[in-house]
Amino acid sequence: MTQPAEKPASDAADLRIRNARGDIDSAEERLLTLMAGQGYGDAARFAVRLAFEEAVINAFRHGHKGLPADTPADISLRIGPDEAVIAVTDQGPGFDPVTVPDCTLDENLEKTSGRGLMLIRSFMSGVRHEMGGRRLVMTYRKDGETAEG
Amino acid sequence: MPTSDSRLKVKRDGAIVEVQFRDRNILDEANIQQIGDEVKAIIEAETAPKLLINFTDVDHLSSAALGTLITINNRVRALKGQLRLSNIDPQIYQVFVITKLNKLFEIHETAEKARASFK
Repeated sequence: MTQPAEKPASDAADLRIRNARGDIDSAEERLLTLMAGQGYGDAARFAVRLAFEEAVINAFRHGHKGLPADTPADISLRIGPDEAVIAVTDQGPGFDPVTVPDCTLDENLEKTSGRGLMLIRSFMSGVRHEMGGRRLVMTYRKDGETAEG
Repeated sequence: MPTSDSRLKVKRDGAIVEVQFRDRNILDEANIQQIGDEVKAIIEAETAPKLLINFTDVDHLSSAALGTLITINNRVRALKGQLRLSNIDPQIYQVFVITKLNKLFEIHETAEKARASFK
């Protein structure tokens, strides 16, 4: 006996992108479209877009450092009615997030890089590192709750 | 100087050079590099530059853009000039607050107030 089809609780997409503006923009557009479909507002979409952008740039710039320029990264989007979960997986050697310096310390304030991860942590509700730092999983909860995941 | 391919709109008001962005999203690394190069060329043509960067119509910027702003700030200071930022969208302003760059940059709500603040 077949079950009646139900609308899935989450909208999902799995994408493989290269370090090209067109690929990144397409993935962002997909993300924002899914979020709009689940009723996320402007502030949520600003936060998630910013975090996504920083995560992807980090994957290509730091994760893929020394790898061929066309090495792709994998994007997983799971956009539910209450929370959006975005994972970015690179093919690099990974890293220890504890070693990332605090960019808000006076001695680091004028450094021209190193702010991406802090912005991700600030704008998202939860952030966790998996696969030895190769995979970043970011969660945005619609209720605005912020907690390190 | 800005050309037809410029990513900037530049206008001069006395000694003050005001720069606005043509892009609503300042995310692309190549564009950010170009913006940095164009602003550098503008300030290096001045003695003690008075530079106002007006963020009107900018919806998004990345941490790479913040890095370029810091480089611009350092260059302006080296030339004994002054840098002001204005018209930053409230959501983007949060980016400056989180990174504490609101302490490094002199940020004004409007271009008018920023222009009046130059010494």
